[in-house]
Amino acid sequence: MTAAANPPTIVQIGHGMVGHRFLEALADRRVPDRARVVVLCEEPRPAYDRVQLTSYFSGRTPDELSLVEAEFMTRHGIELHTGDPAVAIDRAARTVTARSGLTVTYDTLVLATGSYPFVPPVPGKDAEGCFVYRTIEDLLAIEEYAAGSRTGAVVGGGLLGLEAAGALKGLGLTTHVVEFAPRLMPVQVDEGGGEALRRTIEGMGVEVHTGVGTQEIVTGENGSVVAMNLSDGSVLDTDLVVFSAGVRPRDQLARECGLPVGERGGIVVDAQCRTPEDEHVYAIGECALAADGRVYGLVAPGYDMAETAAKAIAGETGGSFTGADTSTKLKLLGVDVASFGDAHGTTPGCLDVHYSDSRAGIYKKLVVGEDGTLLGGVLVGDADAYGMLRPLTGSVPPLAPEQLVLPSGAGAPAALGPSALPDDAVICNCLGVTKGAIRAAVTEHECTTVPEVKKCTKAGTGCGSCVKMLTTLVNEELEAGGITVDKGLCGCFVHTRAELYEIVRALRIASYAELLDQHGREEARGGEGCETCKPAVASIIASLAPTIGAGGYVLDGEQAALQDTNDHFLANLQKNGSYSIVPRVPGGEITPEKLIVIGEVARDFGLYTKITGGQRIDMFGARVDQLPLIWARLVDAGFESGHAYGKALRTVKSCVGRTWCRYGVQDSVRMAIDLELRYRGLRSPHKLKSAVSGCARECAEARGKDFGVIATSNGWNLYVGGNGGADPRHADLLAQDLSDAELIRLIDRFLMFYIRTADRLERTSAWLERIDGGLDHVRDVVVHDSLGICDELEALMADHVANYRDEWAETLNDPDRLRRFVSFVNAPDAPDPSVRFVPERDQIKPDLEILAGPTLPVRTLEGTPSA
Amino acid sequence: MTTLSVETVEAVETAAQTATVELRVDGAWVGVCDLSLLTPGRGVAALLPDGRQVAVFRDRNGGLHAIANRDPFTGAYVLSRGLLGSASGRPFVASPLLKQRFDLQTGRCLDDENVTIAAYETRTSHG
Ligand code: SRM
Ligand SMILES: Cc1cc2nc3c(=O)[nH]c(=O)nc-3n(C[C@H](O)[C@H](O)[C@H](O)COP(=O)(O)OP(=O)(O)OC[C@H]3O[C@@H](n4cnc5c(N)ncnc54)[C@H](O)[C@@H]3O)c2cc1C
Ligand code: SF4
Ligand code: FES
Repeated sequence: MTAAANPPTIVQIGHGMVGHRFLEALADRRVPDRARVVVLCEEPRPAYDRVQLTSYFSGRTPDELSLVEAEFMTRHGIELHTGDPAVAIDRAARTVTARSGLTVTYDTLVLATGSYPFVPPVPGKDAEGCFVYRTIEDLLAIEEYAAGSRTGAVVGGGLLGLEAAGALKGLGLTTHVVEFAPRLMPVQVDEGGGEALRRTIEGMGVEVHTGVGTQEIVTGENGSVVAMNLSDGSVLDTDLVVFSAGVRPRDQLARECGLPVGERGGIVVDAQCRTPEDEHVYAIGECALAADGRVYGLVAPGYDMAETAAKAIAGETGGSFTGADTSTKLKLLGVDVASFGDAHGTTPGCLDVHYSDSRAGIYKKLVVGEDGTLLGGVLVGDADAYGMLRPLTGSVPPLAPEQLVLPSGAGAPAALGPSALPDDAVICNCLGVTKGAIRAAVTEHECTTVPEVKKCTKAGTGCGSCVKMLTTLVNEELEAGGITVDKGLCGCFVHTRAELYEIVRALRIASYAELLDQHGREEARGGEGCETCKPAVASIIASLAPTIGAGGYVLDGEQAALQDTNDHFLANLQKNGSYSIVPRVPGGEITPEKLIVIGEVARDFGLYTKITGGQRIDMFGARVDQLPLIWARLVDAGFESGHAYGKALRTVKSCVGRTWCRYGVQDSVRMAIDLELRYRGLRSPHKLKSAVSGCARECAEARGKDFGVIATSNGWNLYVGGNGGADPRHADLLAQDLSDAELIRLIDRFLMFYIRTADRLERTSAWLERIDGGLDHVRDVVVHDSLGICDELEALMADHVANYRDEWAETLNDPDRLRRFVSFVNAPDAPDPSVRFVPERDQIKPDLEILAGPTLPVRTLEGTPSA
Repeated sequence: MTTLSVETVEAVETAAQTATVELRVDGAWVGVCDLSLLTPGRGVAALLPDGRQVAVFRDRNGGLHAIANRDPFTGAYVLSRGLLGSASGRPFVASPLLKQRFDLQTGRCLDDENVTIAAYETRTSHG
């Protein structure tokens, strides 16, 4: 990089969402090549996605939230000072001083300091246990404090307050929301919407108090929060308080250096985002009072300001920011709320169109102008149409407004796909990306997948609410261009696993060969198939066995040839060709007698024993020919296969729970055993794991499981889509405070829906992230039965439960099946000489030396009976 | 590298009861087992008189194949426990350990051209 001797210096204060966008806009214009750029950042980390802050509680790590591409700062030579806020601006000398003492002289100063959460001046507001909800550090502190709390209250029932309430609920707290206005989300929704919203939120187990103010935070002897006094004279007991009563622009630095601010705060700027008082100073984002006299608390207008300011600073003309749309879609777990355009119907002469179903908690209102123009609306309980309606705002929709608010199934706008939108309709509001730009990404920039289009256009990388629409558009565009993406399972099938599942189910095909010859790729028909589709199809046939009339035993007939070696021998192959054996220990509970049996069997066969990560015991080092002998001993003592080898239910771990633990609120061990016995043997696209914890302390690590259950004082919370392994993910809350029967019914449905629709080797976590509509869609299907398939899913599971048989015992009872358990077909009694062991810490380990050499100390056929 | 021809067993169904699977080892035919012990699509391990281990397979169309049982990538004697497949019409077995594929007719590894294992000619003898 060559720079002028004295390049001009741009100093930016604040590195939040808008601040970072500004840096990107500068970089796009190559400004950092000719100017020195210095950024003072108060927070300990560079800019991150504040809009998605709450997703931290569903497993997104702070790193994943980061907005800053690796190398961005070094590549552009930007000097970023994290953890070092600006403390003073001297406009006369044109310097900024940071807390560390660093003083920088600027030619241009950009204020991007954002907002601070407003905390009403009630007594006790600073007590231990009081929090705000703005930064990653706030969330870390809330999470830590919540671990020792039972109840939490959120002051403020707006967008953020409800998001915070959802988070507290997810942390296992009994949750209250206190809102001063007579309804929730008073800014965005009208009275009818507020009512529907209240019902839905209450339905989730959050207690809503509207029309009351918080008068005092009451503290206990140690100075921490114990209760809140409300304006109606009532007292709300709580251990934790989150203030979410609005935000205020952080304009203090500007005030101190004499820059004008608005009556209610906000640094006054013109249409170029420049302060009229001082041409060297700009303000963007939430700290600015825009030219239209408003402070915008949303990210999209902030991004527009960032672009505008960058243009002006780069010397381009034509950029201006004079106001923006304030549409929002709430990201709160389990509630669909959206408001857009003129939601309150303030345009003269406008008309409302309503649809409401109070039983289902649905409320929809559209505001339509005299000439039929769609002006805005409110959607509560079902915001699917948001993606379509918002871009249509300002135009006359192609369908009558009443058709636009009807629920799907009742004359819904089926015909109204994204194709109905004009090219200039904004699809991604956060990043201001139009339909035309998305289409161009496919047609001109040759993007062939949604992630590529996201990267190319940035659409969908903000709040995420447009991703569904984006996906539809991209797929339509790809299809129109004649591009078909090969989603086939492998070289043998063009179908995905889910499609094959439907084919097997609908046509009752119980044979792999038949499936391959009739539905395989032309070139694969009549062939051998491959190691990818064989086990996948075997698993589909096994999970549908009772329903399609196939034999359920995994070693019979053709099935025998399809299974991976582990399933074939009902044990796990180890590196030296020996096998390990894991008996089922439901819930991890085991009697001393059974422990002794395991000890005796392992001792008698010389096996290495280890406690697994799944709360049971693994015995390693068995030869193929020893497997039946070992099982016989185990089965006699009441053990059965633990399916450690199968793409099937593995373990349901438990904590000791209410029976012993002083904190336990439910019997987690009993529930874990019930679940393990119910789902044992269930074949699925990948392994399935579960756990049950007796209280919110979560000692069983249930949120790391495909389906995790955590006890509450009222029942059970069900979390789904958790994963350990290489790409860990915390499970998401699917439903709360369930009774035993409700819990089991939901798990039945969830598992069968997953088995039906997942790809091969796709854990529930990946599946949940992949499928259209994600968690919301899965909740609609399994909780609200939106596809009308729940009866069928339950029946499939009932079939599975009724037909379960232990595979070890079945094998032992059948001499024909036992025949394959030999090391050598022509020397059935000869042990395999390559399976040898050497001592290790008082047990054994595989002798690998013997495997390394080109030749083996051999055993000859002499002396062994020949075939 | 030698390419061995594979005899396809016709009328397997009728001959199944009495046919013996034989391999050509160092120029001589050695019987290993009755054909009925082979499940189409799977393999078995057999011991040769000199102690070598072979993996013997029967494919879906009745073809018989034999290769060394040792997986050269791990040293474990497990290839007989792999799954069969076909690529471009040629049958292969995928090692059950790390999934490398071996052409059943030539012993050539499809995933690493520097690796080839022994392959044996096969036939069935009747009566
Ligand atoms: C035996 C055990 C390790 C131990 O000694 O503790 C084990 C052993 C294996 N794990 Fe595991 N995992 C074991 C607990 C776990 C756990 C802990 C748990 O279940 O709570 C996890 C993290 C939780 C999870 O799965 O989300 C775990 C995550 C994995 C993964 C990563 C899965 C993922 O979705 O990322 C794999 C790889 C895979 O499945 O593709 C794996 C694969 C394997 C394989 C199958 C690798 C292989 O192909 O040889 C190992 C075979 C077991 C065998 O030969 O017996 N194992 N593995 C544990 C058996 C538990 C049991 O009682 O059944
Ligand atoms: C939980 C949550 C959910 C949200 N959801 C949505 C949503 O769905 N849709 C939407 O549009 N918006 C949403 N928002 C609002 C959105 O995050 C903001 O509009 C956006 O972050 C504003 O960007 P900004 O850069 O102006 O401010 P910020 O992102 O707040 O960044 C300002 C930065 O400046 C720093 N700073 C302040 N003073 C100084 C100083 N003196 N020296 C150095 N640094 C300083 C601050 O520490 C901060 O890091 C949400 C906000 C929160 C908290
Ligand atoms: S999770 Fe279980 S063991 Fe842990 S504290 Fe709660 S009840 Fe006790
Ligand atoms: S609308 Fe928010 S990311 Fe697209």
